[in-house]
Amino acid sequence: MRLVILEDYNQASEWAAKYIRNRIIQFKSSADRYFTLGLPTGSTPFGCYKKLIEYHKNGDLSFKYVKTFNMDEYVGLPRDHPESYHSYMWNNFFKHIDIDPANVYILDGNATDLEAECEAFEKKIAQAGGIDLFVGGIGPDGHIAFNEPGSSLVSRTRVKTLAKDTIVANARFFGNDLSKVPTMALTVGVGTVMDAREVMILITGAHKAFALYKAIEEGVNHMWTVSAFQQHPHTIFVCDEDATLELRVKTVKYFKGEPLQDFEMLLTEPLLSCPGCVFRVVVVLEDPPTTHLQCSY
Amino acid sequence: YSTGTGNYFVWSVSSLLTCLFSSLTFIFLDWMPSNKSVSDAPITQFVNCRILREHKLQREDLWVREGKILDPEKLFFDEKGSADQRVDCEGLIIAPGFIDVQINGGYGIDFSQATDDVRGGIALVAKKILEHGVTSFLPTLVTSPPDIYHKVLPEVKVHSGGMEGAGVLGFKPLRFISLLYTVEDISIQLISVYDIMIFFQYLIFLKHLSFANLLFLFSSTSLPLFHCPGFHLEGPFISLEKKGAHPEQHLRSFLSDGMSDLIETYGTLDNVAMVTLAPELPNSQSVVRELTQRGITVSLGHSVANLSQAEDAVRYGASFITHLFNAMLPFHHRDPGIVGLLTSDQVPQGRTVFYGMIADGIHTNPAALRIAHRAHPTGLVLVTDAIAAMGLPPGRHTLGQQVIEIQGLHAYVAGTKTLCGSIATMDMCVRHFKQASGCRVEEALEAASLHPAQLLGISHAKGILDYGGDADLVLLDDALNVRATYIAGQEVWRKLHHHNC
Repeated sequence: MRLVILEDYNQASEWAAKYIRNRIIQFKSSADRYFTLGLPTGSTPFGCYKKLIEYHKNGDLSFKYVKTFNMDEYVGLPRDHPESYHSYMWNNFFKHIDIDPANVYILDGNATDLEAECEAFEKKIAQAGGIDLFVGGIGPDGHIAFNEPGSSLVSRTRVKTLAKDTIVANARFFGNDLSKVPTMALTVGVGTVMDAREVMILITGAHKAFALYKAIEEGVNHMWTVSAFQQHPHTIFVCDEDATLELRVKTVKYFKGEPLQDFEMLLTEPLLSCPGCVFRVVVVLEDPPTTHLQCSY
Repeated sequence: YSTGTGNYFVWSVSSLLTCLFSSLTFIFLDWMPSNKSVSDAPITQFVNCRILREHKLQREDLWVREGKILDPEKLFFDEKGSADQRVDCEGLIIAPGFIDVQINGGYGIDFSQATDDVRGGIALVAKKILEHGVTSFLPTLVTSPPDIYHKVLPEVKVHSGGMEGAGVLGFKPLRFISLLYTVEDISIQLISVYDIMIFFQYLIFLKHLSFANLLFLFSSTSLPLFHCPGFHLEGPFISLEKKGAHPEQHLRSFLSDGMSDLIETYGTLDNVAMVTLAPELPNSQSVVRELTQRGITVSLGHSVANLSQAEDAVRYGASFITHLFNAMLPFHHRDPGIVGLLTSDQVPQGRTVFYGMIADGIHTNPAALRIAHRAHPTGLVLVTDAIAAMGLPPGRHTLGQQVIEIQGLHAYVAGTKTLCGSIATMDMCVRHFKQASGCRVEEALEAASLHPAQLLGISHAKGILDYGGDADLVLLDDALNVRATYIAGQEVWRKLHHHNC
């Protein structure tokens, strides 16, 4: 696991967006070879989307050969409802970029056969060649997507009933009327996200601090489903200072200390967005240790 | 327009060229698969603009297909479609096209005169007022003798959605002989310089052809240049004391059966969208009720009615006040008269009384404009009440049966100081209203678009930029000067900049 700790929400969003940008560019996607991205919704990734849109508008980033798979969608909510995840993705992301609508995959919460819809979604991921980078968030109860506490850690895309906590938390988007909040959702499973080649989890805010502690400092537990990623070979947790409030000082010092933190910062250098570069990271063992980045074409 | 042989020659050469060019492109163009499941028509995306939606100026793109405003989210998720062409608005404001419900003529054309070419006259004014951002209007007839109404009203056919280009100005593209089309008549139309401009626009459009575009291009008939829901008949059933510039000898009142009088005077009500009358005239209630039932807007004006007479009329269906403050009793604190309708509590639930204001700085003192606006902001409808002299140089001209004189921004009945109409343009009225009332830009724009559309009951399609509405647009800069006008998503006027070449 890599833990990248930034000062605040904006810096965390920016780091995450730069990382995604660099990944997409270095992949050198084309018509035969699409970059597949898993995407979350909610308030946490909002800043990250804004930054990605900014990089697109600057001309640094194109989504022409990118395929996206969203994590979840409510069941029974009309697609054009302002709180549906289709609306969220359109208004906060797709509207502003050059992605081909045929490359966008979001679960349909109004499908007649929900199970078939979930199975078809898994098939589409497989057909796309699996997911290169799955970006996700974490709930205050440690859930990823809608894999509520108690979800199997090897689960696949399926229909889930939402926990009471989640419904209450979402009520504020539905005029504080609990009866209007959807009670079920389609979600990718923990196993589905584990299949991705790389996973990046965004965690910001003090209210997520306990969940982060449970996810990385305690054992793998289906009550805190994000803990499953302790067993993934390439996971990055991106968080702000507030989210580390429940971690041990030792953990934070380890990840914040040089040279680890420097390396993480270097990964988001614009230089890395030139495709075709080979980079050498040179760590000079002095006190304090310094890290240099050398690149050759 | 002139119809000399020179025009025909230009036309025939250009149509031959179109024919040749398009058949060549057709032959050599491959069939391009459409990426849209609902329609193959080209989609235009207006970018870099601020649109007036939900009473706010929002930084959003505007999408148009087949003359209607398109929901881009539906296009994205349902059809997996995207835009075919983008129009960069360079930061301009996009507002719904303005609607003028009181305009007596302009550019030398007087709608109340029975000329040989009524349709041509209306079409000419329609084309010219595009420069002021007006995409829909009600040609207004002042008090006239019955034979004028009988001659003028049937000239214009209003079908659902209003009168289109009436085939007079439309340039009918050739339906050329091809695999897909059967041979059709090649219709020869009178054309004007404007049509030649449209033709060259078509040629430029051909550059961006896909087969889908080609189909669309040659399946359209005439370009709808304006929208006319019908006539506004101001008079002759008005008050003698408040006749204003209307000719006294043609004023009438209702005899025994009001409606039959009305129909006898006008001849037909088929193409009528609004009637202005004085509600204090006896037998007017049945008329108001009957007209409302027929879907014709009843407006109160040129009247000495008191407030309760006006409220009665509103109860029977009246919904508009013709040029508030002008040609009616002044506001009095014990009997506010028609002006009192703005804050009357007798207006039936769910109904709004709208009122026209000529915001040219002449017909109403800015303080009075502000009082009306603050009392009832959602009912304010900007009108020009423009006369034939609008757009013409100063001098003497004819209005109805009278002669008028233009001095600067004022138009008087010749030899008097009675105002007989304005020569203001709609965009001037919008700017003046905003400046005088201090209202927000959105309110000023809605007073010229949304409110008249609501008044006429067409606000599902006109006066708004909601999905499914007609794409009649006006592009303005921050000072509310008109830069371009679109009807059904097609550019029909653009402000040209002079370059030094």
